[in-house]
Amino acid sequence: MYLEERAAARGGGGAGRRVAPAVLALGAVSLITDVSSEMVTAVLPLYLVVGLGLSPLGFGVLDGIYNGVSAFVQLAGGHVADRARGHKAVAGVGYGLSAVCKPLLLLVHTVGGIGAVLALDRTGKGLRTAPRDALISLASPVGGQGRAFGVHRAMDTCGALLGPVAAFGILAGTADSYDAVFGVSGCVAVLGVVVLVLFVPGRVRPPAERTSVRRVDLRTALGLLRQSRLRALAVCAVLLGLTTVSDAFVYLLLQRRGGVGDGWFPLLPLGTAATFLVLAVPAGLLADRVGRRGVFLAGHGLLLGAYGLLLWAPGTVVFVYAVLLLHGAFYAATDGVLSAAVADVVPGELRGSGLALVGTGRALARFVCSLGFGAAWTWWGDGTALAGCAVGLGVSAVVAGAVLRGVAA
Amino acid sequence: MLVVAVVVLGGVAAGFVLYAVGRAQDANRPRAGGPAFAAGTVALTDAGRMVVRSTAPGPHRDELVSVPAGDPDGVRTVSGVRCERWHAAAGTGVCLQTEAGILKPTHRARILDARLRTVRTYDLAGVPSRARVSPSGRFVAWTVFVSGESYSSAYFTTRTSVLDTRSGKLAKNLEDFTVVRDGKRVRAADANFWGVTFAKDDDTFYATFNTARRTYLVRGSVRERRMTTLHENVECPSLSPDGTRIAYKKRVMNGASLWREHVLDLRTMRETPLAERRSVDDQAVWLDNDTVAYAIPAGDRSTDLWTTRADGSGKPRKLMTGAFNPVLRGSPAGPR
Repeated sequence: MYLEERAAARGGGGAGRRVAPAVLALGAVSLITDVSSEMVTAVLPLYLVVGLGLSPLGFGVLDGIYNGVSAFVQLAGGHVADRARGHKAVAGVGYGLSAVCKPLLLLVHTVGGIGAVLALDRTGKGLRTAPRDALISLASPVGGQGRAFGVHRAMDTCGALLGPVAAFGILAGTADSYDAVFGVSGCVAVLGVVVLVLFVPGRVRPPAERTSVRRVDLRTALGLLRQSRLRALAVCAVLLGLTTVSDAFVYLLLQRRGGVGDGWFPLLPLGTAATFLVLAVPAGLLADRVGRRGVFLAGHGLLLGAYGLLLWAPGTVVFVYAVLLLHGAFYAATDGVLSAAVADVVPGELRGSGLALVGTGRALARFVCSLGFGAAWTWWGDGTALAGCAVGLGVSAVVAGAVLRGVAA
Repeated sequence: MLVVAVVVLGGVAAGFVLYAVGRAQDANRPRAGGPAFAAGTVALTDAGRMVVRSTAPGPHRDELVSVPAGDPDGVRTVSGVRCERWHAAAGTGVCLQTEAGILKPTHRARILDARLRTVRTYDLAGVPSRARVSPSGRFVAWTVFVSGESYSSAYFTTRTSVLDTRSGKLAKNLEDFTVVRDGKRVRAADANFWGVTFAKDDDTFYATFNTARRTYLVRGSVRERRMTTLHENVECPSLSPDGTRIAYKKRVMNGASLWREHVLDLRTMRETPLAERRSVDDQAVWLDNDTVAYAIPAGDRSTDLWTTRADGSGKPRKLMTGAFNPVLRGSPAGPR
């Protein structure tokens, strides 16, 4: 009681040292949803190749198109949520869409059909991301944004780690019934939607900005770009994203330069995820204390450290763990922290649009980086490509540091 | 409300699992009219026998079994060795296996001797897709599908490895080889290779090369680590025993998973569509210089083996029910 009163006295909107119930609820929704979607991801390659006897190579072709569509959908999701003041509704539609996709997997049995279902699923993910982050930030006090996003990302990653365990447990118990995995995954996804509907408050008002009830339309949303602090953040996120090598390449580099055996290769993403899970909350707390931009930049310093290790590639097993540790720490220090930093500079009624803008910019930048890195790898080899990327990241980080210092914190 | 939701959804989920368990038990029970099985030993040296992966529902699903070559629907002798993909020649076999794990499934390639005993084991980076042994039994190749890192990118690439069983040297990825097209070296970030088939000289191989949505037949040399493109729209090549023709699947429509099995004459580069009208998604096997065998899905995760004439004449005939990856002793591999 004492803590809550003190928090209220500080104008913290009901949360001082504690994480807002809405954030915990959204964390639970993400955890449950990630269990559901990672169940499918874990068994999908086996299902396609062994279960259905398909050649899933065509999937890669659609990847570029998905990325574009998904970016657009994210922008639309964030903006529509702001406009209708219905973040929960838009997020709910996104979660619902993904939930519907799981039982659809029981019905389609062709590469094209499954590709379409996955695209729909991803549309749902794009739709819900910005409104969900807006809800998290609007439910949290200004000084506790980092912590709120840290808690959410930790819960989210926890679900991602539990999903494969559940999926392979079901496969083992049912003599390889993929239908059972998809069926259970669908039920879990619906549970996520139910938790969202029941426990996430419908309208979260920004605690500090109760008075501002401006109308939100496309022009006000685009006006965000004229705001120097958001523009600076967006530019930095894009710039750093352009030199952030995709996870797939990091693991390929680890295998190639670290001599990771083929049997261990599929386990590498778990190392990143486990580190992310453990460090997400501490990184968020640190960001609240010393400043989000500083932690965001430091996170890229960790990534640069990972690049350096990969270039050096000492022939010990410790090296592989160190790279995964740095890689996971990079995510912990940047993923939720960037959202917290954006939330700092975007007014409450445009929170979804602002988050979508920066999130989309970063996603597209990373996609461009993937294409460029892949081409550079082919032409000049992995070492040169990585060295180039490391130099680029170093320069981007210095520029970002200068740009972020230039705008008032 | 939450309790109600948990109970209802939990009930539905449990229903799915129980139904699946029931079906699994059902699938493990031999079907009426299904093949008969007998204990015994399976050896690659057994004359007049064909070794296949049995896909018929029942306790021996996915097991290597041998049947009389002259009576493929006869009693199946079981080996106890389970494989997702399999091939053999001249007393060397390769068996690609998948095992469910706690966090990830594990995939392995086992090199087998003539009595199907494991000689060596290699970890695989992805799900087994194709396997081939060279006619002499010296070289082994396999292709696996490696999936993308996260749900947000449903992305698959192939990885094809070539093993020299004599020296133990493993070329982990054909992508490390040089590819030449029209006299120029091809550098492509999106290069994928699959479906290797070997010639008798213990060096030449053929495979599928894919880049920018096009597939090519490539001829390669293991020693020189080099490949040259020969022909477009060729997947899963299979070299005839006399080394003059390639049976392959040709994509009928770009973007659709529909293939028509063809034979390409390597001297004239003439394509001949085979009599099979159904889509074939398999790396065919030559039973002799005139006959090609391939699998057609038969539902319930089973496949049937069919044969058709390599010159495009005649009608497809069913060779065997509930089988995959046929290996005829001596026929495609041995010297004739």
